[in-house]
Amino acid sequence: MMRMLLKLTWVELKLFVREPITMVFTFALPLIFIFVLDEVFGNTPDQTVYRGVGATNYYTPAYIGLVIASIAVVGLPVHLTGYRERGVLRRLRASPIPLWTIFGSQVLVSLLVAVVGGILVIIAAVLAYHASLPQAPALVIGAFVASVFSFVAVGILLGSVLPTTRAAQGLGLLLIIVMMMLGGAGPPREVMGAVMRGVGDATPLRYVVVLLQDPWLGFGWNWIVFLIVMGIMALASLLSLRLFRWE
Amino acid sequence: MKSVIEVEHLKKTYGSLVAVKDVSFSVAEGEIFGLLGPNGAGKTTTVECVQGLRRSDSGLIRVLGLDPQSEGRALRQLIGSQLQESALPDRIKVWEALDLFASFLPRGLDWRELMEQWGLVEKRNASFSSLSGGQRQRLLVALALVNNPKVVFLDEMTAGLDPAARHVAWDLIRAIRERGATVVLVTHFMDEAEHLCDRLAIVDQGKLVALDTPQVLITTHANQIRVIFTTDHSDISWLEQIPQVRSVTRHGPRVEVEGSGSVLALVAASLVAHGITPSDLRMEQPTLEDVFLTITGHKDRN
Repeated sequence: MMRMLLKLTWVELKLFVREPITMVFTFALPLIFIFVLDEVFGNTPDQTVYRGVGATNYYTPAYIGLVIASIAVVGLPVHLTGYRERGVLRRLRASPIPLWTIFGSQVLVSLLVAVVGGILVIIAAVLAYHASLPQAPALVIGAFVASVFSFVAVGILLGSVLPTTRAAQGLGLLLIIVMMMLGGAGPPREVMGAVMRGVGDATPLRYVVVLLQDPWLGFGWNWIVFLIVMGIMALASLLSLRLFRWE
Repeated sequence: MKSVIEVEHLKKTYGSLVAVKDVSFSVAEGEIFGLLGPNGAGKTTTVECVQGLRRSDSGLIRVLGLDPQSEGRALRQLIGSQLQESALPDRIKVWEALDLFASFLPRGLDWRELMEQWGLVEKRNASFSSLSGGQRQRLLVALALVNNPKVVFLDEMTAGLDPAARHVAWDLIRAIRERGATVVLVTHFMDEAEHLCDRLAIVDQGKLVALDTPQVLITTHANQIRVIFTTDHSDISWLEQIPQVRSVTRHGPRVEVEGSGSVLALVAASLVAHGITPSDLRMEQPTLEDVFLTITGHKDRN
């Protein structure tokens, strides 16, 4: 069983690296935003915005959340719907490989890609804009792993229910833009109106960003947000297993 | 002989479309069993139900003693599948695909050997998307064999293969059987069914319309023998007196005599008796194609 999972993960990882567009999008998008926003807003703390910390410090964990979100809602659904459309899932179904192994390999690949993307964000933010490193690194790592698991479950759910690659591409881009702008990786929450906040609160990225930010900025571990993130994971996993279609 | 597949009164509908009405058959161990029929006859649906890839509406299916619907995972370890309309990821390499599918089971074959047998060695580092139709097909068949299956399902295995590759494929299928595996072959190629299959089920409009060895099917359903020769003699009406002769047709010097049984010998003797000794006297025996057309009645469509 483990052998099957590791083998499939290794092949999937190689396939990811061979797909340049996905790779560039996943790794470049957060870097572009770091260079724009950190450049514009600097890193001077202001009690009225950015939770009272400097913009650069605020954005670094937020962009790690964005990396996770873009892997999960842009990359993964397109990958899975593409597999369904072209008959790859049909072939896998006729093999002894269980469904959870296929999902598991997507989780592992996403985790590895998110680690690479997250490290790139840290390097860029620290080297170019002197962002501070996490206050509680161990908690940040825990928040990171929980966030990846949760978001990947959402991505697998999207890939399970969306009918076509086109639908996955369209919806994925829409979701990532809305989440980025309103879920904590765009304008600070303090300047948003009630509607914008409401929409932001409805996106999983909002909770992932807070889950990462709190231990990073020295606000401790946020249990409520952690439970919300885990709840999203449980719900999305359950729905995926129920709604997944091979063909 | 021990049977490895039992299908009784299989029925499958898609909405209002009845794909399989009532199909029953059994396949013996070590047999090459063919399913032949026109497009849309229900062949693919039948084998997909047998492999547990589709849920049948009613009927009983047992493969190697397992129920494909409730014991699908256990079954898939024992069978190999080459499916229509299935594919691999675009950028996966030939050797990676073989290596991956071999890893799904502990008792897998050496995939390097399969790669060689199916002529894929030169393409081992090529990506799936860069392969030709025939190469893809050979890779998908090789993948169906990589777990050393007890039963192999091949759905239009030689579609997209050139004639030489088809004959190589036939030899390899016979070799699978030599190893003791049972082969279920879905095809619409008459020559393939006739040369390769031990027994053959003809499916039409969701029903099984004939089931026997190709030879018995031919002798029962198409016993029409055609004797053909050319002659300048104007009056050959005496040929119609021979009891085994059914009809005589003439196109200029070319004569076609249709009949059954020993018609060739009798026609030849009669010709000699009338002083006619054509140098091009020959006989055309019925083929599976004639059987197929007789049984399914799709002559006008083809």
